[in-house]
Amino acid sequence: MRWHANGVVGAALVGMVLGVALVALWWTPYDPLALNLRAKLQAPSVAHWLGTDEFGRDVASRLMAGASSSAIVAVATVALATALGVVVGVLSGFLRGWTDRVLMALNDTLLAFPGILLALALMVIVGANRWGIVLALGLAYAPSMARVVRGVVLSLRETEYVEASRMIGNSATVTMLRHVLPNCVAPVAVLATSMFGWVLLSESALSFLGLGIPPPAPTWGNMLAGSRPHMQTAVWLGLAPGLCIALTLLGINLLGDALRDRLDPRMERT
Amino acid sequence: MLGYILRRLLLTLPTLLLVAVAVFVLMRLIPGDPVQLMLGDMADAAQVADQRARMGLDAPLPVQFGHWVHALTQGDFGRSISDQQPVLPLILERFSVSAIIVLVAVALAVALAVPAGLMAAWQQNRPADLLIVLGATLLLSVPSFWLGLLLLLFFGMHLGWFPVIGYVPLSQDLIGGAWYLVLPVITLVMIETGVLTRMARASAIEVQRLEYVTHARAKGVPDWQIVARHVLPNAFAPTLTLIGLVLGNLLGGIAVLETVFTLPGLGRLLVDAIFARDYPVVQGVLLFTALIYVLVNLVVDLLYPLFDPRVRAP
Amino acid sequence: MTATPAGGAAASFLQVQGLSVAAGTTRLVQDLSFEIARGECLGVIGESGSGKTMAARAILGLLPPGIQVDTGRIQLDGEDLLTASPQRLRALRGPCVGMVFQEPLVSLNPAHRIGTQIAEGLRLHTGLTSQEIKDRSLAMLERIGIADPSRCLKAYPHEFSGGMRQRIMLASVMLLNPRMLIADEPTTALDTLTQREVLDLMQELAREHGTSILLITHNLGLISRYAQRAIVMRQGRAVETGEVARLLREPAHEYTRTLIEAMPRRTASVASKAGATPALIEVRDLHVRYPGARAGLFGRRPAQHAVQGVNLRIHDGETVAVVGGSGSGKTSLGRALLQLTPAAQGEVRFRGTSVRATDPQGLQRFRMACQLVFQDPYSSLNPKHRVSAIVAEPLQLLPGLDARAARLRVEQVLEEVGLASLGRRFPHELSGGQRQRVAIARAIVRRPAFVVADEPVSALDMTIQAQVLALFRALQQHHGFACLFISHDLAAVEQVADRVIVMQHGRIVEEGSRDQIFDAPGHPYTAQLLQATPRLSHSTSPALAGPVDKPTP
Repeated sequence: MRWHANGVVGAALVGMVLGVALVALWWTPYDPLALNLRAKLQAPSVAHWLGTDEFGRDVASRLMAGASSSAIVAVATVALATALGVVVGVLSGFLRGWTDRVLMALNDTLLAFPGILLALALMVIVGANRWGIVLALGLAYAPSMARVVRGVVLSLRETEYVEASRMIGNSATVTMLRHVLPNCVAPVAVLATSMFGWVLLSESALSFLGLGIPPPAPTWGNMLAGSRPHMQTAVWLGLAPGLCIALTLLGINLLGDALRDRLDPRMERT
Repeated sequence: MLGYILRRLLLTLPTLLLVAVAVFVLMRLIPGDPVQLMLGDMADAAQVADQRARMGLDAPLPVQFGHWVHALTQGDFGRSISDQQPVLPLILERFSVSAIIVLVAVALAVALAVPAGLMAAWQQNRPADLLIVLGATLLLSVPSFWLGLLLLLFFGMHLGWFPVIGYVPLSQDLIGGAWYLVLPVITLVMIETGVLTRMARASAIEVQRLEYVTHARAKGVPDWQIVARHVLPNAFAPTLTLIGLVLGNLLGGIAVLETVFTLPGLGRLLVDAIFARDYPVVQGVLLFTALIYVLVNLVVDLLYPLFDPRVRAP
Repeated sequence: MTATPAGGAAASFLQVQGLSVAAGTTRLVQDLSFEIARGECLGVIGESGSGKTMAARAILGLLPPGIQVDTGRIQLDGEDLLTASPQRLRALRGPCVGMVFQEPLVSLNPAHRIGTQIAEGLRLHTGLTSQEIKDRSLAMLERIGIADPSRCLKAYPHEFSGGMRQRIMLASVMLLNPRMLIADEPTTALDTLTQREVLDLMQELAREHGTSILLITHNLGLISRYAQRAIVMRQGRAVETGEVARLLREPAHEYTRTLIEAMPRRTASVASKAGATPALIEVRDLHVRYPGARAGLFGRRPAQHAVQGVNLRIHDGETVAVVGGSGSGKTSLGRALLQLTPAAQGEVRFRGTSVRATDPQGLQRFRMACQLVFQDPYSSLNPKHRVSAIVAEPLQLLPGLDARAARLRVEQVLEEVGLASLGRRFPHELSGGQRQRVAIARAIVRRPAFVVADEPVSALDMTIQAQVLALFRALQQHHGFACLFISHDLAAVEQVADRVIVMQHGRIVEEGSRDQIFDAPGHPYTAQLLQATPRLSHSTSPALAGPVDKPTP
């Protein structure tokens, strides 16, 4: 079955990145911030597996540190966006009436801004640091989750087993918790997986523009930005971080596909 | 049908109003005093208070909002702090650059993605399909700024086919100016084709399962006709919604490409303005982009019934 | 090039020999052989999994991907279809063999106008001009009873009801003048009256054009009315073949006998309870309205008056059936009675006390004593809960029942419905019939006084239907709960009801005991419904025996 291959490759890629990120929290071959101007712009060698950058810093170590940084931001952001989105979506979809109208008006207003733009604007307010990024991106992506969850809740409300729950005499709260929420898990999981990809991309883009976590802390985005003046002489500086982003995104996308394939048929069977 | 259109139009008004409120609130939340910023460190309290009164910033918030919206409807988006020039003309000029790139790229991407997606769906799970899906997934996993850099490196610096830096407006020199746009457009086309192909394929697969396709086969309709006349119109509608989303997202994401290719577009304007703390410009761009996005969604909603007659008011 | 192959005056138009169809290693059809003569109607009867649909699709080469023909021969008027080229098959599809499918909601492309879709086939296979195509389409649409044919041509499928769409499908297929028509469960999704109209039309058109019909269905009654010969299929094999009359009179195979037994039949009637005790449920002047769809800028279409002033009494232990075609309001009545849909007007009384949505305590008491068995066994059970949890859930609201007692009760109920060892299963691991039993178990676990059953067996196979109906009746007699049985299938009603109420357009048009209604219907609509119900030629009611007319072979 095709989803097997997707899932395996995707999980492998993502697993590798997460593994590296985890390791980097405790150890990297060199200190990512250590300057060594005598060894600047060296091509990949045994000493420096991926070479050094314009300040003599080891590229491999910086990539690893960047992995940790991105992983933390991604996980925190998706957690925040999912939590907010699920709460808003469930309340909105289940309670309907004025709660729904007000929440969705607010939601749609946020959705009227393209994701990165909203994140940019929020970054200006909260400041360029790690938790600022998490907050800004989390708020920027929560509305999409809220919309999807609301849609799922609305359709679940019409199912006969939710009606049956009311027929038995269960209160609205009990019905929501026991029957609606568990059946939301699948679509939320699928969307959350995609969201990891969006967040990674947005965070890298913000870093690339200089609006992310400020240097000298390494992120793949700002490493890519820093490579521009040296593109012709030190090609590896431009290739390595970009490749990392691309491979991680590929892994996330493949994993997301596999997850969707696996969960959907079961959903359809009901 | 007319009712549907009018209702949709009316519904955008509250959204627009809320967007304006959101931008207003966002700008007021920025830490720091804009007046102080304008006048610099040398100004004293009296001058600051004076300037504040002149800018109307001492009035209560709802009044300020009212003034601001009023000015907006007259086309006055404020003035840039850096050069005192009116913001709206600046935005429009920059927008034209971004818009051309985005529109051309999305149009090309759609032209490539829809046939590819339909073909992949018709050949589902056979080699052609697997290849197309793999290709699409690879393409959309590549970050646009990296792809742009690579293309620039190879085709611009290495082969010298395209200019690496700078920009010439199309109004000045159509052919020469277009040359500056080729690489950014190609970058976008590659990535968005990946995104759209997958969506087109998914909705085509859904449609193929439905009985009217089997019915068409039972009538003896040739395969290509089935795909073109029966699958396409019904599969296109969800893709249309995605196209709207893609256009909207690109309005924001174009900033990175403009940075890579040093193009004077709207995204660069925003980023530069943020660095320069030129808040009237930031505010103007935010508002303008949101307005365009709402407009794009409106157009998509209005086009939808063309592809799905069930949506028209029964 | 002629559309139909030249052949000798073969007695049989279609000959299938030793057909086997498989999906990978799973055999869907095994060694199937049959013949259809010109102008004959051959019925294929079987339940789900019998392979009847795959066999039909194999004839035209329309098998879904992943499924192919293993062995066999299919000869159409002397021409071998299995070795024919794709172009040849395409040329045959339509003008030689036409096909009508089950689901009228998706068999017509929602994005194209009716006229365009009808014309498509004609344009492909004939050399007619646009004007000629239009003229013929209009003539055919008028023939099938469309009120305004030219408006119909310009309209979209979603503007028509299921029955109309199926008739339009028929028209579109018959316009190509096929020699044979394959009808795969063409009316399963329609209600009884519409079913009758569509099939009668099909029979007439076929007779006019001399078309053979291959009628695939799970409904033995339809076969007995419309087909001359029939094949009984089970798990991919033909277990019996022959003339319909003979099959029904003296079935040779065990399975055929089971199918015939499964046709609902009348049981002994129960003495009427009306007036003996005060009514358990009393409905007074109930009105249910659904707001109309939005139209224009601010206006709405007029509201739909689903239930118009219904009065009803149900006594302890009795089964009252509500019957009517689609749009009669019977489902709305049931839902409004249980307070699932708000009533615009009127009152529902339970044991003398009025039940209102504004009185939560009274409503809760009502809910505890009255339950609902839903129509769709596939969506009435939470897919994430095990069977025992589903059945146990209502008990959580019963005060004074501890965990151990609850568990015992669940086991007891599961045994009563015949699902003793299946408590640990999930819904998707059960068949439709088993799921419906779970739904019934859930409804009776609190020993309710009143159960509303909304089309509880419509989605099930014939033999399963019979089992579930029997179970329901047995449970009712054992526990003594009253029941409101909503159905469009009069045959099922005949088996379980004490009293019958007939609804049309939201009003009750006739009411009476079961025997009264079935033997001597008073209202013309009731008579129409009874006429439309497919029955076997030797049913117990002599007044409705036999198909409409039996063609001579």
